[in-house]
Amino acid sequence: MSENKEKKLGFGSQLIIENPVFGLYLGICSTLAISTNINNAIGMGIAVTIVLILSNILVSSVRNITPDDIHIPVYIVIIATLVTIVEMTMQAFTPDLYGALGEFIALIVVNCIILGRAEAYASLNPVGASAKDGLMMGISYTVSLFVMSLIRQILGTGVLSLSNPLTGAEIFAVRLIPESFVLSFMTTQTGAFLTFAVLAAACAAYKNKVTADDKGGK
Amino acid sequence: MNLLTLFLSATLINNIILAKFIGMCPFMGVSTRVKSAVGMGLAVIFVIFGASVLSWLLYQFVLAPLGLDYMKLICFILLIAAFVQFTEMFIKKNSPSLYKSLGIYLPLITTNCAVLHVALDNVAQGYNFIETCVNSIAVPVGFMLMLVIFATIRERLEGNDVPAAFEGNPIAFIIAAIMALAFTALNGLV
Repeated sequence: MSENKEKKLGFGSQLIIENPVFGLYLGICSTLAISTNINNAIGMGIAVTIVLILSNILVSSVRNITPDDIHIPVYIVIIATLVTIVEMTMQAFTPDLYGALGEFIALIVVNCIILGRAEAYASLNPVGASAKDGLMMGISYTVSLFVMSLIRQILGTGVLSLSNPLTGAEIFAVRLIPESFVLSFMTTQTGAFLTFAVLAAACAAYKNKVTADDKGGK
Repeated sequence: MNLLTLFLSATLINNIILAKFIGMCPFMGVSTRVKSAVGMGLAVIFVIFGASVLSWLLYQFVLAPLGLDYMKLICFILLIAAFVQFTEMFIKKNSPSLYKSLGIYLPLITTNCAVLHVALDNVAQGYNFIETCVNSIAVPVGFMLMLVIFATIRERLEGNDVPAAFEGNPIAFIIAAIMALAFTALNGLV
């Protein structure tokens, strides 16, 4: 029954309804904090996706030999190790991005999406399916971050820009809104909360509509 | 650094929730009732203080002398998880009534990023022991303050007519936005 429903909904709809950030409110700390520009959002999204895929693979491969009593500490150690690896790699190869994301890379350890997927999916399913689930969740998270940072960057600075994470050189920068019309509060904390509220409400509205259609169909 | 300045700036100006967005999950999750917000706040003050001071000692006397700086993330998170587990067992044995009222919030604190944030921040800022203690108590006090204010507003909001899409968490984020705006007024305080 539920499988049929999942098939009926396209990947796009699933992205909105089962969105880990705006639908389930997981991993909101990092979403609010680093969505000031799209460079940070893409960098953070990729870092989280890599940790998520690898942690799902590892958790899934040790699922049958992990004693039930200590499964949470085991998962946390796996995740913390992966995050340390990602953190050091970023420090070495993308120093600018590492500087901009700062502490939030270390805080990936306590990002609820990762522990949540380890607990709810990877600990119950085979390796291949868990890796795929990690990838899907990672993409949803990255897309959410990207949409939010796109809105905040354009409204807050008026400029859409992207730079190369390896060298820090700018790839392109386009001014979309004249400087005297930008809403600089969009880059502050207030802007983050407001953007989040509106996007979460949009997701909820879409979800309400789909459920209403479902009921109407039957 | 002046200790009072440190306390005020960690509690109000660099408030962990409104200025740094850390600890958002419990901020949204347990803020529907003032009573549970107070319980969660007290539990967080205790755990952050204990775990951060222990992490600082672990770092200064074990990790730093041995050059194991890169192990701090793994060590801190294990220490936090162990500390939470230990607190839970201790409270359960010695004060069953407190355990009943706090019980459900305690395990949640392990995945509260505020705990890890304070532990890492104390080391990153190079605080000495006294500054570590002050910072470790000031940050969770700021957290509790915001949580209780926020819960009070949310309780009042309950019977109101909110547009369907904004029901629940979205409207809570709007409140948070207004609170963040109000608290930026304190920026020039210290």
